Amino acid sequence: MAATATHEPLTTESDAVFDKKSWMGGVEPMRASYGKLMMWFFLISDTFTFSALLVTYGLIRYSYPAWDPAVDGEVFQFSNQYWPTPEEVYNAVPFLHGIDLPLIFVGIMTFILIFSSVTMVLAVEAGHRMDRKDVEKYMLWTILGGFTFLGSQAWEWSHFIHGTETGTVISEIVNGQTIQRTIFGANLVENQYGPPAFADLFFFITGFHGTHVFSGVVLNILIFYRAATGLYERRGHYEMVEKVGLYWHFVDLVWVFVFTFFYLV
Amino acid sequence: MATIESNSPAVAHADVHDHHEPQSFWRTYVFSEDHKTIAKQYLITGIIWSVIGISLSVMFRLQLGFPSMKMDFLRPILGTWIDESGKLDPDFYLALVTMHGTIMVFFVLTAGLSGTFSNFLIPLQIGARDMASGFLNMLSYWFFFLASAVMFGSLFIETGPAGGGWVVYPPLSALPQAHKGSEFGMTLWLISMALFIVSQLLGGINYITTVINLRTRGMSFSKLPLTIWAFFLTAVLGLISFPVLLSAALLLIFDRSFGTSFYLSEIYVNGEALPNVGGSPILFQHLFWFLGHPEVYIVLLPALGMTSEIIATNSRKPIFGYRAMIASMMGIAFLAFIVWAHHMFVSGMNPFLGSVFMFLTLIIAVPSAVKAFNYITTLWRGNIRFTPAMLFSIGLVSFFISGGLTGIILGNSALDIQLHDTYFVVAHFHLVMGAASAFGLLAGVYHWFPKMFGKMMNEKLGYIHFWLTFIGIYLVFFPMHYVGIAGFPRRYYAFTSYDFTKNIFADMNAFISLAAIFTFTAQWIFIYNFVNSIIRGRRATQNPWKSNTLEWTTPIVPGHGNWTGEIPAVYRWPYDYSKPGAKEDYIPQNVPYSQTLESNLPHENELISLEKEIEAQNLNDQFKQPH
Repeated sequence: MAATATHEPLTTESDAVFDKKSWMGGVEPMRASYGKLMMWFFLISDTFTFSALLVTYGLIRYSYPAWDPAVDGEVFQFSNQYWPTPEEVYNAVPFLHGIDLPLIFVGIMTFILIFSSVTMVLAVEAGHRMDRKDVEKYMLWTILGGFTFLGSQAWEWSHFIHGTETGTVISEIVNGQTIQRTIFGANLVENQYGPPAFADLFFFITGFHGTHVFSGVVLNILIFYRAATGLYERRGHYEMVEKVGLYWHFVDLVWVFVFTFFYLV
Repeated sequence: MATIESNSPAVAHADVHDHHEPQSFWRTYVFSEDHKTIAKQYLITGIIWSVIGISLSVMFRLQLGFPSMKMDFLRPILGTWIDESGKLDPDFYLALVTMHGTIMVFFVLTAGLSGTFSNFLIPLQIGARDMASGFLNMLSYWFFFLASAVMFGSLFIETGPAGGGWVVYPPLSALPQAHKGSEFGMTLWLISMALFIVSQLLGGINYITTVINLRTRGMSFSKLPLTIWAFFLTAVLGLISFPVLLSAALLLIFDRSFGTSFYLSEIYVNGEALPNVGGSPILFQHLFWFLGHPEVYIVLLPALGMTSEIIATNSRKPIFGYRAMIASMMGIAFLAFIVWAHHMFVSGMNPFLGSVFMFLTLIIAVPSAVKAFNYITTLWRGNIRFTPAMLFSIGLVSFFISGGLTGIILGNSALDIQLHDTYFVVAHFHLVMGAASAFGLLAGVYHWFPKMFGKMMNEKLGYIHFWLTFIGIYLVFFPMHYVGIAGFPRRYYAFTSYDFTKNIFADMNAFISLAAIFTFTAQWIFIYNFVNSIIRGRRATQNPWKSNTLEWTTPIVPGHGNWTGEIPAVYRWPYDYSKPGAKEDYIPQNVPYSQTLESNLPHENELISLEKEIEAQNLNDQFKQPH
């Protein structure tokens, strides 16, 4: 996992000798600095944080029926009786009001985030070459990608919160009487697209991921600043770019899972 | 300036760099990045917490043992929690039980135990100058301090601290209107635990990285003392299980404060139907016990590791089955993650699933038995020295066996239907995890006190402390099994108003309470001994227990960086006690085979040729570089 580190000592010895003695002590056995190992272990633990949330999603999701045309009618309608079909919920794109474009916008968001991972790889690679100008350039692209993703998510949330023009009529029992009312959009308590749990999970999990992206962008800005002021050049290596890069790829990977669970399943 | 003899060519500039600028008071004692200071901070915070935690249990034992007692004398401490008639407030009884559990499990036996000894022993026993990241290590303590401050503060708010049990099951804990213990105290509990988890993760990441990256030359994983193996596996357990509790707690915070329904569905409380639908309280139980069960081993494994070391040292014998000990710890660590639902047999789970979890649970008896037999066979025909640390370690073995046996009973899903949430469970886990881990902690303090403070603890007081505590704990928890088998449920305020409990076991409950007070009182002997020995104790020698591990090669009070001069190399495993042919009955890890020709086994003579190679591989001693 850490085979890419090149600034470590022991470069004079052949790899075969290194492997034989690498666990005998007195040396960093995986040729990874403590900081990089710590980042890996943090990411392992964070994997479990997200896993717990996705397990929660799965459990609540499958306690509800899905929309069944035979039972619920041929034309899909929002209802709190069954879990909504994602294509029907996430079908809006900015400036294209009223056009049904299922999962197009979230696809663009995902592409932007994955592309920012590519520019992060390029920044790390530039760091290996000790090319300060390129590190700065690619870090800027990565930061831009991160902000664009966050902005898109803000739009997606805002659209989700405001809801459709017609809203959904729901019937609920209040003090023993059935009452019908129209609700627009979703919040943590009620949801026009389906059961409230759908909105709860959407806000919590994408919000938790968005918080991770946001801290990633903050770290990226810090790294960019320190690279631009020449700190890493003076230090002789760009390992910090690599460490933050690990985090950024992780956040990206988590999004792939969140995307799969919320939008595709 | 002492320089250790070495054949390494790198030694030439080793003695140039170990001078240090004196640091300010704040950096030395408060915001210190030195692992030894941080360990002492954890230890002292842990001791303070244990006094608070045990006092809370004595208060509710008074209520259980003497239900008609007038408790006016507690009013100076508890204020209005004692009502006009001198009775303990039932809501506060629940809060006492909850806070006792939370404090003892997390703040004493997780932070106080791992925090102290992982920090203190990992760098010293693997031969490192300090933890991988001193800064994160300091941060870890101060997050723990913040968590402590919040939890301590929650004891004093008007509605009282959290009262839903240390497991904080929703919907009780999620609905502030459900009872007093779910109001602001519960919010503070969750905030405190979130901070605590951050502290544990920072610490755990550091422990794992340090063990992997900073072992001195020659210290392969197969030469690590069992203490380090235990701390390493404990940290891995915490790293994987605590994040799940963090997720569970965050979801619970949203349910409590922001109207979501992750754990709530179809609830009727105080004459009002709640709008929440769709969640599942069982989900919380799964998430909680995915941490909660590994947590048991997070508490126990460090104690097992330290007592392995102490028992081998004081039996003057190699630990029996070094590799079996490691394998069984790995087995326990692995199984810890796939048995959590045995805490939930009566939650309505499918009986078939219950039988799967029962099967996995009972497998844990195998590695546990391996460990118990290895302890006993290490003691067998040993040249035993009964130091206080040794007595506490043997006490741990006793608790581990007698508490572990009831675990086999409770692990059966059919038997658990009768015994679930009775005092039988309370007796079981207090013996196997509470008392055993506490004895590990005490053994560790008695054993490594000379290294921590450069003084010896008073042995006579240590013996008295051991016997009173050992007897006291059995007097408390042995009778409790019978109370549990009789069907007494835990967490009940009083048993005076139910037909099935009215006239039985009142005397036994009173006896248990008296024994608890007796045991608690005995702990003041330890605290007196601890404080007094720091101030007036006999000066320690460099290796008072004639032990093999590396920490005893440091100066009596190691300074910043632990060793003056180069870090010693390691050539042998840490358990060469009473080796036939050797001059003394111990050979420290840093003595090369080339110097012990008289006691070497044939395959060890072959290792002599590797010594040069080991000594040359000295690439992570930070003091070789100017810093």
